[in-house]
Amino acid sequence: MSVLEQRLPAVDTHDDLPLEYAHEDDALRIFGFWVFLVTDMLLFSCVFATYVILYRHTNMGPTPTQLFDVRGFTAETLILLTSSFTSGIGTYEMRRGHRGALIGWLMVTWILGACFIGLEVSEFVADVASGATMSRSAFLSAFFTLVGMHGCHVSFGLLWMLCLMIQLGVKGITHVTARKVFIVGLYWHFLDVVWVFIFTVVYLIGELS
Amino acid sequence: MPASVTNFATHFFVTGEPMIYGADVAIVLVSLAILFVLTYFKKWKWLWKEWLTTVDHKKIGIMYLIAALLMMFRGGVDALLMRTQLMLPNGRFLQAQHYNEIFTTHGTLMILFMAMPFIFAMFNIVVPLQIGARDVAFPYLNAISFWLFFVAAMLLNLSFVIGGSPDAGWVSYPPLADLPFDRGPGENFYLLSLQITGIGSMATGLNFFVTIMRMRAPGMTLMRMPLFCWAVLSASVLIIVAFPALTAALALLLIDRVAGAHFFTMLAGGNPMMYVNLFWVWGHPEVYIVVLPAFGVFSEVVATFAKKRVFGYASMVASMMVITVISYLVWLHHFFTMGAGPGVNSFFALASMIIAIPTGVKVFNWLMTLFRGRIRLTPPLLWTLGFVPNFAIGGATGVMLAVAPADYQYHNSYFLIAHFHQVLIGGTVYGMIAGMYYWWPKVFGFLLGERLARHAFWWFNIGFYVCFLPQYFLGYMGMTRRIYTYPPGMGWTTWNFISTLGAYMMGIGFILIAANIVQSALHGVRDTTGDPWDGRTLEWSLPSPAPHYNFARIPTVHSRDAWWEMKEARRRGEPVQESTEPLRPIHMPKSSGRPFILSVLFFVFGFGMTFNWYVMAIIGLLGVGICLVLRSFEFDTDFYIPVHEIEETEAAYGRS
Repeated sequence: MSVLEQRLPAVDTHDDLPLEYAHEDDALRIFGFWVFLVTDMLLFSCVFATYVILYRHTNMGPTPTQLFDVRGFTAETLILLTSSFTSGIGTYEMRRGHRGALIGWLMVTWILGACFIGLEVSEFVADVASGATMSRSAFLSAFFTLVGMHGCHVSFGLLWMLCLMIQLGVKGITHVTARKVFIVGLYWHFLDVVWVFIFTVVYLIGELS
Repeated sequence: MPASVTNFATHFFVTGEPMIYGADVAIVLVSLAILFVLTYFKKWKWLWKEWLTTVDHKKIGIMYLIAALLMMFRGGVDALLMRTQLMLPNGRFLQAQHYNEIFTTHGTLMILFMAMPFIFAMFNIVVPLQIGARDVAFPYLNAISFWLFFVAAMLLNLSFVIGGSPDAGWVSYPPLADLPFDRGPGENFYLLSLQITGIGSMATGLNFFVTIMRMRAPGMTLMRMPLFCWAVLSASVLIIVAFPALTAALALLLIDRVAGAHFFTMLAGGNPMMYVNLFWVWGHPEVYIVVLPAFGVFSEVVATFAKKRVFGYASMVASMMVITVISYLVWLHHFFTMGAGPGVNSFFALASMIIAIPTGVKVFNWLMTLFRGRIRLTPPLLWTLGFVPNFAIGGATGVMLAVAPADYQYHNSYFLIAHFHQVLIGGTVYGMIAGMYYWWPKVFGFLLGERLARHAFWWFNIGFYVCFLPQYFLGYMGMTRRIYTYPPGMGWTTWNFISTLGAYMMGIGFILIAANIVQSALHGVRDTTGDPWDGRTLEWSLPSPAPHYNFARIPTVHSRDAWWEMKEARRRGEPVQESTEPLRPIHMPKSSGRPFILSVLFFVFGFGMTFNWYVMAIIGLLGVGICLVLRSFEFDTDFYIPVHEIEETEAAYGRS
């Protein structure tokens, strides 16, 4: 924040709102991020549609039932859902102005997210080792792309969260960092919702069919 | 020279065509000329400071406009090459492969690298000025959008001389576009350049949606907004909901091609029709994305040059919203022949016919606005009037195509070609040229001369009918699209010959537009008032060209046609807002070179992926990641313009 800004009359600030919404500029970015999430959701839904069209086309290769490891994907689901909860606690602590607690909960979220990615990568590695590669069948192409796309999103979120933890450590909770933490929280919850759909459409239906 | 190097070079560079060698020479000469001029006149710093790093929506709009005109030239040359080849039977001007490449790049360039930047030019130039804002919601992102578009255009055009152009049609359907049938890098050029520009377009849609929803001047409710802004809002909504489908389609096809997946292959359970559906889930909204802004331009132009309020404002808004929704539900009419069954085909046929109704409402509203207006037949209005019969014919043939059983006859024939050129040129291109003439003085501070403008219009407009009406007949006579030659004795020769003449007339029209711009830049009438047309909306309340902060004081809006009302109030001698309020420092975003660098790194990524040089691709992608992280750690992103500087600028414009 520049010196000038502090001297200006606070026409576009609202003290009754949470810190991340208090400046018009930050509120604008949060709104913009919601719109971005719409595009991302539609991107996922296109790939979901492709998966649903193709998941029975196994080309005499492994079927969903043969491929999926119930314990693995259950663990992934629990871990990711928990990480969404801890990221929510982080936002709560941010609103109370507790920088240490915020960074702590982000750290917990980060570790859970990293565990999720680790499990997913090991699942993929095991699949490929058993000959279930992307080029084996249309089902596997769609499976790896859909789940992998979610995994890439989560990994990007981890990088992002790391940057924010450093910024929080250096700058503390300002209206800028608060807005960033809030937005990464939106992103994280969104990925959680997408995972709920992957859990249902890919894993549960795959196990049942 | 070692054999491996020779082998690489002959595959890397396109060889064996005299026209390509000519293009090579031209590219090298033009590049050298640009380098020489920049160095000789010591303009490098100016280029970097004023253009490459700018986040000012007006400058970004100018760059979009220049790019769109250049791409229109490039795509137009493609069109003339094709028409020359088809002028007479058994044409020997182009080889079959070369013809395939040319119709592919013609379509791709015209839709994604001409129409899209042209509408974005108008978005950028007009929207913030019309809603009384100082910039778009996310200026930095806006710069990224432009540069992504720019490097993507460079990537696609590079395919012309390096590696070979894409040749599977602008829709690039698998299995033809899949690896077994299309090995060369051409198809990769297509996929990556569209992917990169698609990201930019999506960001632009988001940017303008947020800008219009959140940054309107006080008092400007949605229903007081100029109709052009409504058109941009609808187009932005469509971009937001449609472009993800393109991203998905292209990404999956790319994964098929580089990772050996089976989404759209004929083997291992792939389903090529899935691509076709995803492509048109984007593709049909896309044609409305490019035509809705043109509708917006027409609304502004008829109101200004009839000196009347737009007739039926609310119904205009309602029709645009209805078009926005229905355009998302018609995509299957591009492939009724898929054989989806009578139920599905009927649904999409009906939806496609229904969408003609709101469009018809708009046409009647424009005509009613002109009715008993005080009409000034300026170039923008000329292009608008040219649009009306064009769109009436194009709309009627569109309804004919929407009849699913009859479509089996028209499908992929020249009837279809004539139809979509009639709506895309007659709608989008006429609209964008009208908009260019209309807002040119606002952007550059001088008017485009009317005499040459009229000549250009008539050459283009008459040429248009001479070119495309024969193609309806050719379609009826069984000529299919994308054939590179035909034998004599089909009865097609006369119509093809006439059509080619029309294409050349349109070419002359384009050259005259270019001449018009050059001539007016040298001898044009300066716009000293800022309001050369006696306009109705807020952009005309500013000096031309507008200062970089746009509004020294954000205006308060009390009604539709806000500037017209202010002028009326002034004529009645009522007090005006400007003189009463003190100036305050203006908050502006800082320029940044990163959007440009980030986009160049995207180019590196795209080029690497195109040739399957993964090391290069990974370097590019890592660079993009580093740029994003650097931006995240940048806190000092904006500044304030002090009051005395605003006062000086305003005084220089002769305003207080």
